[in-house]
Amino acid sequence: MNIHAAERRPAPPAPIGLLAELTHRCPLGCPHCSNPIALDRPRAELDTETWKRVFREAAKLGVLHVHLSGGEPTARRDIAEITRAASESGLYTNLITSGVGVREELWADVVAAGLDHAQLSFQGADEATNDFLGHYKGAWRRKRDFAARVTQAGLPLTINAVISRDNIHQVGAFVALALELGARRLEIAHTQYYGWALKNRAALMPPRDAVMHAIDVVNEARKTLDGRLVIDMVVPDYYARFPKPCAGGWGRIAINVSPSGRALPCHAAETIPGLEFWSVRDHSLAEIWRDNPAFNAFRGTAWMPDPCRSCDRKEIDWGGCRCQAMALTGDAANTDPACSLSPHHQEIATLAEQEAQAHSSAIGWRALRAEKAPAPSA
Amino acid sequence: MTIAAESRPRLPRGVRLKRDEARGRWTLLAPERIFEIDDIAAAVIGLCDGERDLSGIVDELANRYNAPRELIQKDVVAMLADLQSKRVLDA
Repeated sequence: MNIHAAERRPAPPAPIGLLAELTHRCPLGCPHCSNPIALDRPRAELDTETWKRVFREAAKLGVLHVHLSGGEPTARRDIAEITRAASESGLYTNLITSGVGVREELWADVVAAGLDHAQLSFQGADEATNDFLGHYKGAWRRKRDFAARVTQAGLPLTINAVISRDNIHQVGAFVALALELGARRLEIAHTQYYGWALKNRAALMPPRDAVMHAIDVVNEARKTLDGRLVIDMVVPDYYARFPKPCAGGWGRIAINVSPSGRALPCHAAETIPGLEFWSVRDHSLAEIWRDNPAFNAFRGTAWMPDPCRSCDRKEIDWGGCRCQAMALTGDAANTDPACSLSPHHQEIATLAEQEAQAHSSAIGWRALRAEKAPAPSA
Repeated sequence: MTIAAESRPRLPRGVRLKRDEARGRWTLLAPERIFEIDDIAAAVIGLCDGERDLSGIVDELANRYNAPRELIQKDVVAMLADLQSKRVLDA
């Protein structure tokens, strides 16, 4: 390693959040999953001891929140031990789960291990929609049971509702569901098109008017439920005016670790060619955060071309999402085409409208091995 | 939303007051949220233990900072009501 180069460059501000993708195994088959198409195999997963070290390094580096995610994190037999290690490192420990397949005894162990919060996903606000989009019969009932176990344990519960064309009319019903289940927080998370979701975009993209209506429903519910339910919303950015500050800016506040140990600035970063991501097996988290050239590739604002370079929002949205620029314009250094100032913006907004109207029902269900490829979209 | 004089505010499970050593500041850690707070806010939240009522908290602060009770009460109520509205405080 080039020590002199590292010394010359000031250390970047420390990350706040660590997304620990413990496994890509998952009982569900959601077509809107943002995991990569090439999922990590179970035998490639990091072992317990390595995760423990990563948590200690994260806390030392300045990370405050750890999100235990996947895949389905409770598919790991050592999930309670992992939770305990995260909590004992001083990290605020959040479990992001489907709620399916979490055995009763295992859950008790995870709670006792010091879990701070659980985020439970729903794919629909009724049984038929939920079990269809989750590609798992019986998921609805299991998720509802799991929600009860979270609140009975006295833990705060967030419901995460992933929104696409088949359930966008249910946003109001998701609010009612969150209240019924005793959630303190609801995320209305419009699908972001990465990994499996990008592959299935034509089957998932809602029309613009449905999106606008859903936003109105959320804004109205926020007013009437102030102090009872916090509602956060991730909007579908193909229809937005400005891009999302993806991951809060590349290498700025968040770090991901994949099941096999690669450290990434965001979960889709490996779709960008030419970047080499270091593994936590070989390097400390601090070393990766400061010195991995991939983390410095789009850090800050110096890399930006116009229209970002001269934009007064450049330190608000940080140029948007590099992976989306890569996927939709072929160059990761372009302005995110979700931005209305991008020369590609009109093109993607039109594409989204066309896909929404075409009503493709060809879905490629998420799986370690593809069941069958979706028919090519029109 | 307001806070009654006899209410006994406390942080619910899943919300933690934590010294952020890396950045030299206090934070309130909550589900998917981090609130950066100043030393005085940290002192107020530190008194929200579910035992003291609002009057007790104001008395303690008035004593500790040698400031008029009315002024402190107004600031504390505004701050706690804001935290309650964000669902990071039970009162």
